[in-house]
Amino acid sequence: MQRSGKLVIRRLIGSIPVLLIVLVGTFFLLELASGDAVDAYLASSGGGDAGLVQTLRADWGLDQSPLTRLGLYLWNIAHLDFGHSVLLNRPILDVVLERLPNTLLLMGSAVALSFGIGSLLGIVAGSRPGSVRDRLLSIGSLALYAVPSFWLGLVLVVVFSVQLRWLPLSGIETLASGKAGFDRAWDILRHLVLPVGALALIYLALYLRLMRTGMVEVWRQDFVLAARAKGLSRHRIVWRHVARNALLPLITMLGLQSATMLGGSVVIESVFSIPGLGRLAQEAVSGRDTPLLMGIIVISAMLVIVTNLIVDVVYAMLDPRVGASEASA
Amino acid sequence: MSKFLVSRRTLLGASAALLASTALPRLAFGQDAVKGGRLIVAADSEPRNLNPAIVASNGVFFISSKVIEPLAEASFDGENGLAPRLATAWEGSADGLSATFTLREGVTWHDGKPFTSEDVAFSALQVWKPLQNLGRLVFANLESVDTPDPLTAIFRFSKPTPFQLIRNALPATTSVLPKHLYDGTDIAENPANAKLVGTGPFKFTEYKPGEYYLLSRNETYWGEGEPNLDEILYRVLPDRAAAASALEAEEIQLAAFSAVPLADLERIGKVEGIEVIANGYEGLTYQLVVEINHRTEQLANLKVRQAIAHAIDKKFVVDTIFLGYARAATGIVPQNAPEFYDVSVPQYEFDVDKANALLDEAGYARGADGTRFTLRLLPAPYFNETAQFGAYLRQALAAVGIDAQIANNDSAAHQQAVYTDHAFDIAVAPPVFRGDPAISTTILVRTATAEGVPFSNQGGYSNPAVDKLIDEALVTVDEKARTSLYNQFQQAVAEDLPLINVAEWGFITVARTSVHNVSNNPRWAVSNWADTWIES
Repeated sequence: MQRSGKLVIRRLIGSIPVLLIVLVGTFFLLELASGDAVDAYLASSGGGDAGLVQTLRADWGLDQSPLTRLGLYLWNIAHLDFGHSVLLNRPILDVVLERLPNTLLLMGSAVALSFGIGSLLGIVAGSRPGSVRDRLLSIGSLALYAVPSFWLGLVLVVVFSVQLRWLPLSGIETLASGKAGFDRAWDILRHLVLPVGALALIYLALYLRLMRTGMVEVWRQDFVLAARAKGLSRHRIVWRHVARNALLPLITMLGLQSATMLGGSVVIESVFSIPGLGRLAQEAVSGRDTPLLMGIIVISAMLVIVTNLIVDVVYAMLDPRVGASEASA
Repeated sequence: MSKFLVSRRTLLGASAALLASTALPRLAFGQDAVKGGRLIVAADSEPRNLNPAIVASNGVFFISSKVIEPLAEASFDGENGLAPRLATAWEGSADGLSATFTLREGVTWHDGKPFTSEDVAFSALQVWKPLQNLGRLVFANLESVDTPDPLTAIFRFSKPTPFQLIRNALPATTSVLPKHLYDGTDIAENPANAKLVGTGPFKFTEYKPGEYYLLSRNETYWGEGEPNLDEILYRVLPDRAAAASALEAEEIQLAAFSAVPLADLERIGKVEGIEVIANGYEGLTYQLVVEINHRTEQLANLKVRQAIAHAIDKKFVVDTIFLGYARAATGIVPQNAPEFYDVSVPQYEFDVDKANALLDEAGYARGADGTRFTLRLLPAPYFNETAQFGAYLRQALAAVGIDAQIANNDSAAHQQAVYTDHAFDIAVAPPVFRGDPAISTTILVRTATAEGVPFSNQGGYSNPAVDKLIDEALVTVDEKARTSLYNQFQQAVAEDLPLINVAEWGFITVARTSVHNVSNNPRWAVSNWADTWIES
């Protein structure tokens, strides 16, 4: 456990420069895009005069030089002050914390589902590499992986919400319904089925392929040969010896996937009108709301860092070799 | 009922006849209005500032017009196209230096305080004139507002101000705010801008960012027996395909402002229980315009501008891009403004040979590759149709030897490129005609005084004769004389082509047939919906 503790502290200190690079990079990328928050606002509100344009720039602090603004922003962030969104006219921390649970719920369920089902199917496919079962699963999952997520989402909506009317069309829960407790949880669950399904079906292929490939590799190892020579049943070899050893790369993948959480959710959150971080990030970019986007990115980056930390700790527990080499390095 | 729908649809598809001002308010077929119920409508944007007295834009009005009311609303059959709201009578003085409004009796704010002329005076002087995007122009010469009694407000102007303009601007620019909540505060940052307090038929109840706005019935509304609905729920649906599916799944009952894309209308119009409605936007005419940068050497030449006008097939644009839900423009004032519209202005019929001849005359012969010169073309990203027209314009210009290079930007980048940096040769813009040329139309061609102003003349066009007509009309009180000035203005613009008007369109509402009293005024989507009802 002490080994894990050291690892956590080392990682946290190491993540500070990462955050800084991410912040400065985001700031200048958005600075390079032409048009600022006032331009975006004027385009949406339609009309005005020169006085209005100047007043807005001054009020929103956009009349200062980019470097001054960046310096000011970093100073505030260092004091954990995320600032005020000009796009939404609200404190950024409030907005982000309001949206974060929805994205976590959506992506967490999708990743868990695709990991669970994907690895199981991967074991099924990898238990007899080259069999018909293996071929069908591989082709099927690849086909799903090749489908764009928005398209899959729309098709699911047309079939299950518009035609069959089994499931709600969009949103995270029934709006202004006054539901509470178990009713509300059931309502949210029903709303999550389609978006989580659309995302999970796509990520499924990733875990399935990884698991299958891992198993194919392990089959060739000497210890499998030894197990077979011992006369163990095929079932026992698959589950106890092959699948267990093939599982490790999947854990790594799980950590990496947490980084794509934000990206993957933009499209699905738009298609299903879920008020999450992905959609907020997209709105921040089109509204040129630099502080809001940076707030979203800082909080997501922290999330990714923490997730990877957990993955590393889990990994170190599963495979003693990994943790030992890192902690002594 | 369904037979009626079919014939209606055929009519829509067949011609733009329904888009004419002779609108057909949907009749309730003798049914009595049902009280109560929740109307769920699609919303595609969440405005930063929801206060219509500060931001007079359709995105804001769509929600706020149910809560905060103007002095008068547009009407199909009222005198001068107006129906009374917070004012019951209005009159301008002969010298144009004052305008008197008689206000409605017995109106209370949603927080119970009485509505008086003090509120109107405060809104006019502290909000419309200094802060509002349109009011800054319309009320530029407003000096003071007298309030001799609680139900009379007399506007006093420093220069003669045509009452015709004030009257035409009433629906869009005169949303009244409660003085007792705003006086002495930072008006632009007042919390009531997010949680609106007004006099309208609905109270602002709740806003959940990214999800919905909920308005609920104002039990003490001045309109007798109104409103019919208990609640209006605006459901935020950012995806273009979402509104159509939501209507089909009966999760929403109405989608305004063409939230259902034009390409989907034919299909969804055939779905049982769904109706496509093309009227109710006559007071918010959008114009498809080619903006021209007169700093570009070739475009400073009138012959080149005429050639571009001749190269555009307006009928193709209306039929193929707008799928018939628009009509060809004849000039800078749309046909939906009969008060000002001048049919006699010069027209530029579609004629590729003539366009080629004009370009030859102008001295721009085709090069070895068939190209005369290259232009930067920036289509505005705000509507599907503006982007599609950009692609069409590139083809149309290629046919006359002009190579138009399209640069597609998002709205912030487009705004900066065209209206601040002037980094364009031709651009596609969708300005709005708001009932009077002085509100948001003359600014498109008058010599610019400042950069960065959206939907204004940033093409460097400057014509003293046109400026003179515009400035004179701004202080001409006599309606006939003023209208005649605008006729001359339309002629001058059509002759000199500072910009090219291509088409005019209103939006499309798609609604469940269970919703009644839809589109019964020329600004329906942005009006108060007090009489709208839904079958239970």
